Amino acid sequence: MSNSEEDFNFAYLDEQTKRMIRRALIKAICIPGYQVPFASREMPMPYGWGTGGVQVTAACLQETDVLKVIDQGSDDTTNAVSIRKFFERVTGVKTTENTGKASVIQTRHRIPEQVLSEDQILVYQVPIPEPLRFLEPRETETRVMHALEEYGLMHVKLYEDISINGEISTAYAYPVKVNDRYIMDPSPTPKFDNPKMNFCSAIQLFGAGREQRIYAVPPYTKVISLDFEDYPFEASRAEKTCEICGATNTYLDEVVIDDKGTRMFSCSDSDYCNSQKS
Amino acid sequence: MEQILKAKAINKKFGDVYACNNLSIELYTGEVVGIVGESGSGKSTLLNCLSGSLVPDGGNITYLDRDNNWLDLLSLPEPRKRNLLRTEWAFVHQNPRDGLRMAVSAGGNIGERLMAIGYRNYSQIRAEATEWIEKVEIDAIRLDDKPSIFSGGMQQRLQIAKNLITKPRLIFMDEPTGGLDVSVQARLLDLIRSLVRELGLSVIIVTHDLAVARFMANRLIVMKNGKIVETGLTDQVLDDPQHSYTQLLVSSILKV
Repeated sequence: MSNSEEDFNFAYLDEQTKRMIRRALIKAICIPGYQVPFASREMPMPYGWGTGGVQVTAACLQETDVLKVIDQGSDDTTNAVSIRKFFERVTGVKTTENTGKASVIQTRHRIPEQVLSEDQILVYQVPIPEPLRFLEPRETETRVMHALEEYGLMHVKLYEDISINGEISTAYAYPVKVNDRYIMDPSPTPKFDNPKMNFCSAIQLFGAGREQRIYAVPPYTKVISLDFEDYPFEASRAEKTCEICGATNTYLDEVVIDDKGTRMFSCSDSDYCNSQKS
Repeated sequence: MEQILKAKAINKKFGDVYACNNLSIELYTGEVVGIVGESGSGKSTLLNCLSGSLVPDGGNITYLDRDNNWLDLLSLPEPRKRNLLRTEWAFVHQNPRDGLRMAVSAGGNIGERLMAIGYRNYSQIRAEATEWIEKVEIDAIRLDDKPSIFSGGMQQRLQIAKNLITKPRLIFMDEPTGGLDVSVQARLLDLIRSLVRELGLSVIIVTHDLAVARFMANRLIVMKNGKIVETGLTDQVLDDPQHSYTQLLVSSILKV
């Protein structure tokens, strides 16, 4: 086997699969926010653990890449550890917990606090790519709605939020409009992270393994969170201070720390928290 | 009065059976046309062809839009057709479950069409939804309730409010009072009739109930086996039926 062929097959996937996923990724980049169907393969982990993200990451990785994997913002939770170990073992690429040093970041449910740069790729694990799913169960119908830009229904969801709770209570998977065209589910990231997607310098790729969809937001693309004129979008967070690093502007986790129900708030982005501490 | 909808030589076959056999009908602005006939006579198929949810095998249908252009509905691009359905047309289903989103509150259901045509102000949508829910005689405090806990009659009235909020010009109704008891039916018909008069709507109503037809329709079309057997002013058709099938229909009405 020649060297060039080995290069092509780098990172776990066979040549055909890698080619197919990269094709889907290019298409997704060309049509920001559009869900591109792809022939998702079985990965050596269960659906729901990030099989879509793993396939996208594997399709992007090259030998010189440095990989960071986060789960709910943290580098040391089960999902992050197992996926990082997986790629260490099957590709041998360097891994890091440092957001700034990573060239590919696979994430579940958060966007790092540190501002991303042009030479980075952010890969999201997506459970349900269709933002209209719970309003219109027919996939045939939602595809037509995307095609014809019939998005009134998405506002019905926000209307319901306000009529029941007095405010837009959707706190995660908050729908966005990409490049003034497609409505997209930003995966279950908290809505605190939505503004970070707008004109982000990094490439943002989304992989949904079970649902067999890939979509993307190219760098410097307009990503607007939907809202009403009189109920504007708010990037909400707990009004507390991180008890570890003292940050007041980050997204916080509320952690129960003993049997008496004592709670503490700390940054969900563990790398950012560590960097602030030292 | 001028025409708003013209259908010529509509054909629709299911297998070897003609559901619509060479049917032509015309509808004038502000007119209510009833289509009556027994089950399986092709009434609903005709309605579905006219409203665009079924594609006929042959014939042509034209519609005069708000801007006074005659549109050829069978060759109209899909986006424009769906836009018509949301703005200038309305479809009231026999079963309100087909026309409502049962998991969305009454207010969300009524407001959906407004949001679909670009309303982005919550208070304004809410105010219009409140106005319309009262117009169809549902108490405004039910605005945030889900239609699944409404009675059949209320669901049907909610469906009407949902459809009329964008002030359509043409309404298709498929047995709007089917399955309702007579007193609820009478109130609903009364409501529909006054709204139709007030807003100057054109209506095509499909029913198998001749009493409903007499109450609602200016003009009647009697169908049998996919063909129109008789047509004329409602009173004329019902009081002096010419065709033997119409005579049979009229004589089969149960008297109290």
